[in-house]
Amino acid sequence: MTTSTTWGLRPDLAVIAHQVKSGSRVLDIGSGDGDLMEVLETQKRCDARGIEIDPVLVERCVSRGLSVVQGDANTDLADYPDKAFDYAILSQTLQTAIRPDLILDELLRVGSRAFVSFPNFAHWRTRTALLLGGRMPVTRALPVSWYATDNIHHVTVEDFRDLAKSKSAHIERSWFFADERAISPIGANWRAEFAVFELSR
Amino acid sequence: MSFFRWCRACLGTGFILVQSYVLNNSTTFQIPEPLPLDSGQVLIGAQIAFETYGELAPDKSNAVLICHALTGDQYLASDHPITGKPGWWERMVGPRKPIDTDQLHVICANVIGSCMGSTGPASEAEDGKPYAMRFPVITIRDMVRGLIALLDGLGIEQLHTVVGGSMGGMQALSLAANWPDRAARALVIASTARHSAQNIAFHEVGRQAIMADPAWADGNYYASEASPDNGLAVARMAAHITYLSEEGLTAKFGRRLQDRSFKSFGFDADFQVESYLRYQGSGFTQRFDANSYLYITRAMDYFDLAEEHGGKLGDAFAGSSTRFCLISFDTDWLYPTAESRHIVHALNAAGARVSFVELSAPNGHDSFLLEHEQLDRVVKGFLAGVQL
Repeated sequence: MTTSTTWGLRPDLAVIAHQVKSGSRVLDIGSGDGDLMEVLETQKRCDARGIEIDPVLVERCVSRGLSVVQGDANTDLADYPDKAFDYAILSQTLQTAIRPDLILDELLRVGSRAFVSFPNFAHWRTRTALLLGGRMPVTRALPVSWYATDNIHHVTVEDFRDLAKSKSAHIERSWFFADERAISPIGANWRAEFAVFELSR
Repeated sequence: MSFFRWCRACLGTGFILVQSYVLNNSTTFQIPEPLPLDSGQVLIGAQIAFETYGELAPDKSNAVLICHALTGDQYLASDHPITGKPGWWERMVGPRKPIDTDQLHVICANVIGSCMGSTGPASEAEDGKPYAMRFPVITIRDMVRGLIALLDGLGIEQLHTVVGGSMGGMQALSLAANWPDRAARALVIASTARHSAQNIAFHEVGRQAIMADPAWADGNYYASEASPDNGLAVARMAAHITYLSEEGLTAKFGRRLQDRSFKSFGFDADFQVESYLRYQGSGFTQRFDANSYLYITRAMDYFDLAEEHGGKLGDAFAGSSTRFCLISFDTDWLYPTAESRHIVHALNAAGARVSFVELSAPNGHDSFLLEHEQLDRVVKGFLAGVQL
């Protein structure tokens, strides 16, 4: 990260907030309670829109003055015109998508650039939990058991790079995190708990 | 004595007081210019009766226009002069309520075509007799034209928010689409951008019930002894079913019998639900004019915002800087969530700022009028939301 200001955001969101250019149009898919959107609107003077599936979180966003539509990222991105946004952001949601590959296509259709963040299933803790425990890993980054998790498509840093390549998506930049801190890209597929990619096509 | 019998009595004795009866309670605004209508006709000398709540800020920046539904009126947060019942949205509008009249200046006007003081079929035409069916067929946009004329008269250039549920939502959408500079925000609850075949079908049942009543007399009943109360009551009964959910009706009435232990093997109101509908129907005739019901349901049936804008709903909102918030209810089968989503889709396509949430509520379309904490929070939040 270029600066230490996080505006109280999760590390992957803070890095995205720093990268987004001031005054741009942003679609935050899976906007949660709107923390990132609010920072983008107040600190970066962006025109930020959100999609969120949980009505309670939508209500919270609306009451913060944010423009959020209750909807499903799997189906509702089709509502948006091509290149309607400078950035489409999908944070910690790719692995919950019915078809992550199709979502990636949609991100790069509605946005000139896309940010995608996800938990890395190839982190050493996950690997050792599966290797030694012989059971689906329940870790700090993936705290929910296999039968209840929303993460139906676990993905690793290398898997994502392959997907981007097969989709002719250009990886502009990438960031990796472990223990809530940014780490170097060396050995990221082993060392990173979370990854953030900036893509274009 | 019902309101309309009273009015007829006044007419019969030469007191033409259909409107002045209401003027005791509401302020009226005389539209200075002839009001052009979608039909190509004009309405001359039209009046708009309205109520206001809360103080207008010196810069007039805090005006909220609340548009009422089909059988609603301007008595939003004050007692109804005929029924004596509290205002229809008193739980939402008032000091420290979600639409806070300590902060906002709320205006609610009776739409043209209605019967609570604004010009409608029961009003006098130029010949001094009630218009009845000579009243021109109006549209939702015509109603909004009347409201815009009122805002012009009040010197309000831009509303803080235009709000509406059901038919009120149609007016809010029409205002935002046709007069985009007149509202900074639009809050549209349990509404639609077009009437579906099913919506039109239910309205046609109601209209036919009125017109099949011999007392309707081609609409010329104002000076006669009888009025089409039976037809109007049936229209209301049919419509009332569409405002409720099956779940809500079952919870409220089930198959329970009314004041009896056994079925009568006759056609009395054996079931509680029958008794309830009859009560709703007859109560309605005390406060509503059958011809107004015909005209307003027609306006709703004609409503298709996309059609007005070359067939593409997105084009209705092109370049709009209004912030929109749409709310639907999961048990509303009159204007189901899909209709709100259709509007959201169009607003997104137009690049407009839009929020949307589907709320869970057991009571169908009428949920917007009932107690709902989440609705209150969304409404309050949207109105208070910082203009970023």
